[in-house]
Amino acid sequence: MQKIQLMVTCLIDALAPEVGECVVDVLERAGVTIEVPAGQTCCGQPAFNGGFWDEARAMARHTIAVFGDGDLPVVIPSGSCAYMVAHHYPELFAGDPAWQTRAEKLAARVYEFSQFLVDALGVTALGAHCEGKFTYHASCHLLRGMKVHRQPLALLAKVPGVELVPLAEEQECCGFGGLFSIKYPEISAVMMERKVQNIAASGAQYVVGCDLSCLLNINGGLHRHKVPVKGVHLAQVLAGKVG
Amino acid sequence: MAGAGVPFKKLIADKVSDIALQDALRRATDRFGENRVKMLASLPDAEEARDRARAIRRHTIANLDRYLEQFVGNVERAGGVVHWAADGAEANSIVVSLARERGVEMVVKGKSMIGEETGLNQALEAAGIVAQETDLAEYVLQLGGEAPSHIVVPMVHMTRRQVSHLFHEKLGSEESDDVQRLAAIARAQLRRRFVQAGMGFSGVNFGVAETGTLNIVTNEGNGRLCTSLPRCHVALMGIERLVPTMEDLGLMLQLLARSATGQKLTCYTSLMTGPRRAGDADGPQEVHVVLIDNGRSRILASEYAEMLTCIRCGACLNACPVYKTISGHGYGAVYPGPMGSVLSPLFAGLGRYADLPHASSLCGACREVCPVRIDLPGLLLHLRRDTVAAGHRPWWLKLGLAGYALGAGNATLFGLGARLGGMGTGVIARDGWIEGLPAPLNAWTDSKDFPRLASKTFQARWRERQAKQGGGV
Repeated sequence: MQKIQLMVTCLIDALAPEVGECVVDVLERAGVTIEVPAGQTCCGQPAFNGGFWDEARAMARHTIAVFGDGDLPVVIPSGSCAYMVAHHYPELFAGDPAWQTRAEKLAARVYEFSQFLVDALGVTALGAHCEGKFTYHASCHLLRGMKVHRQPLALLAKVPGVELVPLAEEQECCGFGGLFSIKYPEISAVMMERKVQNIAASGAQYVVGCDLSCLLNINGGLHRHKVPVKGVHLAQVLAGKVG
Repeated sequence: MAGAGVPFKKLIADKVSDIALQDALRRATDRFGENRVKMLASLPDAEEARDRARAIRRHTIANLDRYLEQFVGNVERAGGVVHWAADGAEANSIVVSLARERGVEMVVKGKSMIGEETGLNQALEAAGIVAQETDLAEYVLQLGGEAPSHIVVPMVHMTRRQVSHLFHEKLGSEESDDVQRLAAIARAQLRRRFVQAGMGFSGVNFGVAETGTLNIVTNEGNGRLCTSLPRCHVALMGIERLVPTMEDLGLMLQLLARSATGQKLTCYTSLMTGPRRAGDADGPQEVHVVLIDNGRSRILASEYAEMLTCIRCGACLNACPVYKTISGHGYGAVYPGPMGSVLSPLFAGLGRYADLPHASSLCGACREVCPVRIDLPGLLLHLRRDTVAAGHRPWWLKLGLAGYALGAGNATLFGLGARLGGMGTGVIARDGWIEGLPAPLNAWTDSKDFPRLASKTFQARWRERQAKQGGGV
């Protein structure tokens, strides 16, 4: 039986534990045994992206220690957190061989959630049922960083009851960008509003994403503009629990 | 340059709400983007071509001393004169001296970003020499006293109606919506100046080391007139703009036109090797090449050397959602967009352009389209690190991240923070949503709502589940 370590991500942990439970539900349905290493906090992406690399290194060291030096796959239900660990951790420890080796080992174990299901397990049909019109937002770090796009779509295509409708400018940034949305809210808001308009025009009832950060931004905009569409994580659809 | 010294926040204030501007930018950049994809597909293997172009540019930059020497030798053998300029001021003074020594009263100019970089027009005007832009867009911008807002299509921010108004106001011409007619008005103004000018000025798209050839690409033919009609041609080029061979140039041109404007080849591709020879039908009697450093050798020696492989196609501008929101003028720098957000602070120092590396959502669309695959988001991240190290840290961010780092290094504190957050946001949220937060978090709630935090974290729920199931991790 396949065993994995789940990196739940700080946003799911604190803001949307129900998404984490859907991830668990889906993985267990696929026959996976899950370990959630205790003491998880944040991967350090906000600090890293903000230019605070010392702080980011502290967070990365903590995360590396929490996940240990084993060889189980580490599944992360977020494209940007997966990209942070898989791509930026080794870079953060350039010039520090001991930590860099540990960072590289952890990086090599990383899978984004949909990537793990489709590429590592080879499953697309998970059995759950969801009724409605759905559209997909391709989050930036998942798409252009992790190069994951066909995987979530393949999974959505196999959910009975899901009607997938196209989203105009599907691959354009929603404007979140982490601290970018706080530092330059005037630019971020224009990008978010464009995304919200495209979602509204898609005719979907749900917009599916693989990153809670983008969904936080999109849902905040949808709610503010009273657009009757709900942003949901892919795991919620695969678990048949879109609410 | 327009916008110099104006704070970034102030520059973008009126751009972000300018829907007409954003529509104009979208129309143009979407068209370029679509044509780029179409035209790249006309190459047998575009991805392989990009890999090769990247390798050539990186090889050239890594061996720049050697290729510069070869290039200079070949320019001189062909009869050209080479000048070296350490910075913009020196480059300008070389051009001004060349003009003065020849009694030149007017210089006709082809479109050149490097001329913008050095502020050549201002230097010529200060010396009492007329600097006449001849690229249609540059001509319009000069007439209106504006700076280019895009490195390839300088007046992408303007509508034809705005151009018509400007012509009417400055030239007394009749208003017209017809682009052909507007172009004809400009042409009538410009033609005689090509003949009158004592000097032609151009930038250089590529210099070919093995032959000493200067290459420029244009779509209007004005570049060709500037470089062949006046008796003296002065070309200004950054020291990094070299390719080793003619064959390399062929590959670069295939990618440049496709990436820039979605063309297979620009309408005019000029290759110029030295001045007019005996028996030549046309061409200048003198050719001067001014090679300018202006920070490039400093970049070459730094971890940002990759940026010198840029071929100035502008594809990253066209792909960038931030560029499409604030336009080139929003950046307040000669080079806008993702490539400009890397180059501007590298050229001018972090202090002046500290905002630019941060004003990106790091979406990576720029890296996707870059013909030489420059890791623009990666370079932006490194520049962010440098700005923070140099002390550009807003207090609230420093405080927030210090608290966050403390919590993130300590799971108990992190859990406590999440629990307190859950309680706090639970109190102020209505129906699960918060519509207003105090500064600096109002940056979020000014445009969108924020959800309340969960009353119990996932990890707390997981621990309960494990306890129920009797152990395990």
